Amino acid sequence: MAELLQLVVFGLVLGSILTLGAIGLSLTYGILKFAHFAHGDFMTLGAYFALSLVAMAHLPILLSIPIAALATILVALVADRLIYRRLRRTRPVILLIASVGVALILRSAVQIIWGPNVQVYSPGIQLPYVIPFGDGAIRIKPDHLIIMGGALILVSALHVFLQYTRVGKAMRAMSDNPDLARVTGIDTEKIVLWTWGIGIFLAAVGGIFAGMDAQLHPVVGWRLLLPVFAAAILGGIGRPYGAIAGGMTIGLAQELSTLVIDPSYKPAVSFAIMVLVLIFRPRGIFAGRST
Amino acid sequence: MIKVENIVKRFGGLTAVDGCTLEVPAGSITAVIGPNGAGKTTLFSIIAGFLKPNEGRVLMDGEDITGMSPPQLFRKGLVRTFQIPHELPRMTVLENLMLVPEAQSGERLLSAWLSPGRVRREEREIRARAEEVLAFLSLYELRHELAGRLSGGQKKLLELGRTMMTEPRVVLLDEPAAGVNRTLLGKLTAAIRQLNEERGYTFVVIEHDMDMIAELCHPVIVMAQGKVLAEGSMDEIRRDPEVLEAYLGGAHA
Amino acid sequence: MDALLSYAVFFVSIAGIYAILSLALNVQWGLTGLFNIGIVAFVAVGAYTSVLLTVEPSATFDGGLGLPLPVGFVGAMVTSAVLAFFVGLITLNLRADYLAIATIGIAEIVRLFLKNEEWLTNGVRGVGGVPRPFAELGQVWMPVAQMLLVLVLLAVVFFLIERARRAPWGRVLRAIRENELTVLASGKTVKAFRLQAFVLGSAIMGLAGALWAHFVGFVSPEAFEPLQTTFLVWVMLIAGGSGNTKGAVLGAFIIWAIWSGSQFATDLLPPEMVTQAGALRMGLIGLLLVLVLLFRNEGLLSESDQRRGDLAREAREERRAG
Ligand SMILES: Nc1ncnc2c1ncn2[C@@H]1O[C@H](COP(=O)(O)OP(=O)(O)O)[C@@H](O)[C@H]1O
Ligand SMILES: [Mg+2]
Repeated sequence: MAELLQLVVFGLVLGSILTLGAIGLSLTYGILKFAHFAHGDFMTLGAYFALSLVAMAHLPILLSIPIAALATILVALVADRLIYRRLRRTRPVILLIASVGVALILRSAVQIIWGPNVQVYSPGIQLPYVIPFGDGAIRIKPDHLIIMGGALILVSALHVFLQYTRVGKAMRAMSDNPDLARVTGIDTEKIVLWTWGIGIFLAAVGGIFAGMDAQLHPVVGWRLLLPVFAAAILGGIGRPYGAIAGGMTIGLAQELSTLVIDPSYKPAVSFAIMVLVLIFRPRGIFAGRST
Repeated sequence: MIKVENIVKRFGGLTAVDGCTLEVPAGSITAVIGPNGAGKTTLFSIIAGFLKPNEGRVLMDGEDITGMSPPQLFRKGLVRTFQIPHELPRMTVLENLMLVPEAQSGERLLSAWLSPGRVRREEREIRARAEEVLAFLSLYELRHELAGRLSGGQKKLLELGRTMMTEPRVVLLDEPAAGVNRTLLGKLTAAIRQLNEERGYTFVVIEHDMDMIAELCHPVIVMAQGKVLAEGSMDEIRRDPEVLEAYLGGAHA
Repeated sequence: MDALLSYAVFFVSIAGIYAILSLALNVQWGLTGLFNIGIVAFVAVGAYTSVLLTVEPSATFDGGLGLPLPVGFVGAMVTSAVLAFFVGLITLNLRADYLAIATIGIAEIVRLFLKNEEWLTNGVRGVGGVPRPFAELGQVWMPVAQMLLVLVLLAVVFFLIERARRAPWGRVLRAIRENELTVLASGKTVKAFRLQAFVLGSAIMGLAGALWAHFVGFVSPEAFEPLQTTFLVWVMLIAGGSGNTKGAVLGAFIIWAIWSGSQFATDLLPPEMVTQAGALRMGLIGLLLVLVLLFRNEGLLSESDQRRGDLAREAREERRAG
């Protein structure tokens, strides 16, 4: 029983990370209408920005998170200006290929600047809180609490933003029906900026959390891309609320799967779920109305 | 020939076809008219297998064809055109038509590789046929033009041309006359009649051009809000008070 | 001089294998619009199949049947085709972007399989002692003969794809890319054609994988990384001109020249930067991809040029006939 609960904890941690990635992916898909394959590598970039702040500027990690995320947004806006915006009038699939190019460029930059080796935010081993439970015990590291709490706070903030601000409402409208949104006079360029801002902010934080959970390496985000996509699709891509349910489901499913299958095939679980969803419920399981 | 029984089709909250029942007699040129949004196009898509109905069934010669795929129905001799032309924009006009004929041996990889002579012979025949159709539609001069460059009316003709590349038994035409000029319209009407009388094709035509319908079609079926409102000859329909109400009340374009 | 010549032979062999891959992707993406970014999966499966069929039996794993090379090549194509068939059956009706993600997933699963199923693949240690074609010709002539083998296979693949493209088969594929509904309304089973294109392309990828494995003489799960085996091929096709058969080959040779040239360039870097060389070249691939899309998105030889050529040829034949 304790073992099961331990896996649930791991699942919630992974789910929090995936959720943060999936929301941004879902938003860009809904509003910019293309699958942004560089999303994972923006997660990586955010994680490494935070590494510099922690290791070189000696800032505490909690302060580094927002600064690193903002810096990542700047890079995304540059990529949008220089590349995506110029291709926005072509077919979405061209943007998709371009985003693969951006992904390679980002990964290359990360490797050149920070090196190819595995790194950590703080050396030494974090002592976990041990909670006795039945015949065993559940271990939770302080970082796990930060990750789950942080995700909860950000998701709540996003909810408030989407429901109660003008820009947030406009974003939902544009995601639901871009033509209608255009004729009702929504400033689409402004919405595009906000979409990158929010999506990449959450992605960067997700990347930092992934680095805190385990280690940093240049493909940390690329490895997350598949489960992040799976989460977004499960939630009905284009629907930020669905992405939350999708992220948690994939996170839990991947961790709990180790009970029944060889753990080395863990990464295949999200793929299997995604394929099943695409076959049987192509609009997503949690794709209710987003309003 | 075609029987539609209690078809219901919903898009989310909107019921586009709402318990529609009608029959198309074999050998007829049946018109389906009604205000925009009546569900005519949706009904066509259901009959031709492009959409699955929520309820009801479609019969062809007594056989239940509900849920069959468009290619299956095509092989049974049921073809359709689209209201908004679905040309292949970056292919030539000729290629648009040469695509259509069934069972081309060059569509099989092995024949394409191993019997190029046979494929070439077939291609010549198909091409001759496509050129005939294009000549008939006055599009012959444009045969090497990319289909995307045609005018709206020309694209409509190309839609019709596609159905003439096979030997269908039932042809569903969705607003074939919209955007086509007067001279061609006369030709179009004559062509439909000729194909109907000489080759026995059954036609179902969605149309807003009342003169064309009066000249060509019997029976006429009126749809409004997803249901059949009336059915009969054009004269009967004209006198039907419910129909007048639907048209005056509706947004007939 | 000799070193230069033998480098030229090596260059043409590898570029030729890439050209086969680029042609395979052209069938899937260029002609049919199928977005496969899991090329590496089909290459690896082909390579491993051929290797396991042809290496001598070993004590450490069950693969290794010691069969002749041609059996390995055919086996590679069949296995990759079968994998593609099942993958295609479940994913080909999806939109392009979903198919893209699905192929990434397949690549990941193939990688995990090759790594973990040690009984069959010898796991991360890889398999060595792979028989080399024409080994009996000796150090001097073996590479030349291998190069000729690659070029012959490239020519065969080129010829078959070009003939299929010009036939009604290719016409249906292009039509599907343009508008699927029209093709359905013309009575074609769209899914069957997509599946054929996907399976054919993947079988050719398997063949390229087998060629590569026997050329190098060693396979391991890490030897197949998406960067060189998937994205490089994409850059080749897009730069050469996707949809254009000649463009696919041209792109492979040009991009391979740039890629190997970049190796010379990074070799000149100071030693402390050598570990970063791979990263620099990865950035180069990304940059090339983006630049081509921004400034020349039809590629060097565009599909429309090729179509104009086809039409001119048809017109000539028409005149001769009539
Ligand atoms: N794919 C679709 N999704 C949602 N609504 C649709 C779709 N197709 C048609 N409709 C709606 O169904 C109704 C009937 O449309 P249609 O069959 O095109 O009518 P008609 O051809 O008689 O003008 C309209 O209100 C239309 O907006
Ligand atoms: Mg209509």
